[in-house]
Amino acid sequence: MTYLFDNYWIHFALFVVIILGFVLTMIMGFIYIERRGLGRFQIRLGPNRVGPFGVLQPVADAIKVLIKEDIIPAKGDKLVFWLAPVVAFVPILMIFAVVPFQSGALLADLNIGILYIVAVSSIAAVGVFMAGWSSNNKYSLIGAMRDIAQLLSYEIPLVLSIVGVVLIAGSLSMTKIVEAQSIPFILLQPLGFLIFFTAALAEINRCPFDLVEADSEIVAGFHVEYSGMKFAMFYLMEYCEALAMAAIITTIFLGGWKGPLLPPFLWFLIKVVGVFFLFFWIRSTIPRLRIDQVMAFAWKFLLPLALINLLITALQVLVWGEVSPWAIVFVNMAIMVVLVVLWSRFFKLGGGRVAV
Amino acid sequence: MTVALSGKEIAAKLQQRFPGSIVESSESNLVVKGESLLDIASFLKTSPDLDFDYLTAITAVDYYAYFEVVYQLTSIKHNHSLVVKTHCYGRDNPALPSVVSLWRGADFQEREIYDLMGIRFDGHPNMKRIFLWEGFKGYPLRKDFSNGN
Amino acid sequence: MAIKTEPFVINIGPQHPSTHGVFRMRTTLDGEVVVDMEPVFGYLHRGVEKLAEGRSYKQNIPLSDRLDYISSMTNNQAYVMAVEKLAEIPVPERAEYIRVIMAELQRIANHLIAVGAFLNDCGAFMTPFLYMFREREKIIDLFDMVCGQRLLYNYMRFGGVSQDIPEEFLPALKTLVNSMPGFIDEYDQLLAQNEILLARSKGVGILSKELAINISASGPVLRASGVKRDIRKVDPYSVYDRFEFDIPTGTVGDAYDRYWVRIQEMRQSVRIIKQAMKQLPSGEVLTEVPLRLRPPVGEVYGHIEAPKGELGFYLVSDNSANPYRWHVRAPSLFNLTALRDMVIGWKLADAIIIFGSIDITMGEVDR
Repeated sequence: MTYLFDNYWIHFALFVVIILGFVLTMIMGFIYIERRGLGRFQIRLGPNRVGPFGVLQPVADAIKVLIKEDIIPAKGDKLVFWLAPVVAFVPILMIFAVVPFQSGALLADLNIGILYIVAVSSIAAVGVFMAGWSSNNKYSLIGAMRDIAQLLSYEIPLVLSIVGVVLIAGSLSMTKIVEAQSIPFILLQPLGFLIFFTAALAEINRCPFDLVEADSEIVAGFHVEYSGMKFAMFYLMEYCEALAMAAIITTIFLGGWKGPLLPPFLWFLIKVVGVFFLFFWIRSTIPRLRIDQVMAFAWKFLLPLALINLLITALQVLVWGEVSPWAIVFVNMAIMVVLVVLWSRFFKLGGGRVAV
Repeated sequence: MTVALSGKEIAAKLQQRFPGSIVESSESNLVVKGESLLDIASFLKTSPDLDFDYLTAITAVDYYAYFEVVYQLTSIKHNHSLVVKTHCYGRDNPALPSVVSLWRGADFQEREIYDLMGIRFDGHPNMKRIFLWEGFKGYPLRKDFSNGN
Repeated sequence: MAIKTEPFVINIGPQHPSTHGVFRMRTTLDGEVVVDMEPVFGYLHRGVEKLAEGRSYKQNIPLSDRLDYISSMTNNQAYVMAVEKLAEIPVPERAEYIRVIMAELQRIANHLIAVGAFLNDCGAFMTPFLYMFREREKIIDLFDMVCGQRLLYNYMRFGGVSQDIPEEFLPALKTLVNSMPGFIDEYDQLLAQNEILLARSKGVGILSKELAINISASGPVLRASGVKRDIRKVDPYSVYDRFEFDIPTGTVGDAYDRYWVRIQEMRQSVRIIKQAMKQLPSGEVLTEVPLRLRPPVGEVYGHIEAPKGELGFYLVSDNSANPYRWHVRAPSLFNLTALRDMVIGWKLADAIIIFGSIDITMGEVDR
């Protein structure tokens, strides 16, 4: 790729600043949108005191969190406790190195872009477990155990649905995937989109899979003992993951920066915010699942469907490589409807009582 | 309407089966001896035309000479009710048999009576204080309770 | 090499976002499965029964408010009816109808909180809870119109109610009652067939019929287990025998049945209020009773169907101005007896849901 000003280090420094600025601003924006949006869904106002229409609320939150006392549990493992937020937050930030904001505008145009993303985002799970373990608290431990089980289980459908997209695009590189989308891949891979969306919700610990930090059960789960800046890192990590997943969905399924009329960067933003709107719409509506139901859903529902999706995509690429994309769209939509309806008939979300 | 059975009639029935167990009886209630409480309760529960399968409440009252424990019984099928009382003498260590084996609803009620009045119920699986903490001295609902004020 | 595991003890409560009130469950967990549970009470014990022995009968009416503080009209009604039974005080017709209207409004308000809190425990993040609070606000505004209070009403007196309803009350009640079935349908539509709610609550925490009768459960808990027993039908008090209404009964006795029974009871309460509004006579609302009432020597047990179950008062009088014994038969305490049996074998998340579906208020459990 061509570097800005033809110098790698200037390009690197400039993009680090751009990415950090983008991530932090968007996180603030997301916090605000979510709280106002949730308030509206729940027929109440949401924050509206700080600044016009409450726009400065995230700033107020940030200041509050910065000046709070940093409490460390006496019997906890201090080094691990200190490192956990860092290990959890930094990998998510590293994802943005390969997300294209515009054609050619990204930090590093790796030709294994999507593989890099999958690999790096899994490290955050270690950070979560470190937090749960070092807090010396039974609630955190339960939360951390649940989280690890959930994160590991949902990696597999996530990756398999990405492979479907990669097959059609013919490359792992993020820019090439966007450029290959003459029609957005959400139409070509509807089943893959649904699987990826659900698995992404589980990866970022959002409703209906937010049992990790279920307020009404284990009171904030693995970060219950954190306060002050360390808690802020976990809070940021949650929204950063949401932003990262929204960005990845936009890139892989929705066509990245492509769109008529408006500048590409603006299209990217609109699509990211649209995906995030879906995230918190679901949060305000649906109750949460129990851990054994979550695991059953991943292994018995999403995994087989992801495998079937992969098989069908591979067949289509091999046999119908030259057919017009629109015909494939109709075929895939029909297959998705049939599969989802059929599988949910046979799939029971039970679990039930264990004989004690 | 739930019919409140007459204490006198039930007393007459019980007198035949458990002679000497009735202390007194009136229209509204009957008083039985503490020792025969479990047998009488078991009979009241299992006999098919009485069938008192629902224990509405247990209360204890402190009349200075004795403690009176009141059992309100109801039958769901026949829709009638009965009040059975028993007296418990002595203030140092009063005790009564527990009816938990017949009606599990008596579990927390008997613990509450032990906690607040001091009457022990023999045969209760978990006879310890329920509202006040372990190590509290005295039984607050008694008429002669003073906490030093 | 075999991995050694051991169960560990965790305290759910007393400060916890979803124990309804201060209640502690000492659970022993093996992984996520509950193997043992011990309830610990007493965090809200205020000695109400002893306090009542030092106050006159009329001074105990506000004390009875504070038992089940979420539904305080029915507490008032139970206590006032028990004293009227003891002292044989007549109650004018209009007062009886007003009492019925208040009690049924209170039942709807209580079930709105019960269902909302249950859904909140399931994880639906406050949205259904806040929707139900919208309706509860309207009911509380009605109560505010009548007696000036929003939560602890102190409205009923021996021989009637303390003041008559103002003119704006009936039109406002009519609007509420006409719109209420629509709102209940709205909640039902969002939730009754929701896959996740069904998966979380169907078959969870089953209380069998025999056990329910044996532990003296009452109210929606008993009815959800299949026993058709409602004090308003079985032992009618006040003017309930003049109204037509059904008793919704569940079949299995799981958490979903308890939720369903409460939704249906809300509909039946709306029916009763409509009939009461039509039949409401005119007249006075209070029989004069001396300030320091001295009932004759005797005892009484008076009970009503409160929203949480059978609320009863056992009073012993020795013809003085203060009661000799003042005992409350609290429905929530009886309903909790089988909590251990219902929870064992399920997971931690289910324990919270089962506990929430019983719907208790610690004010009346601990007194």
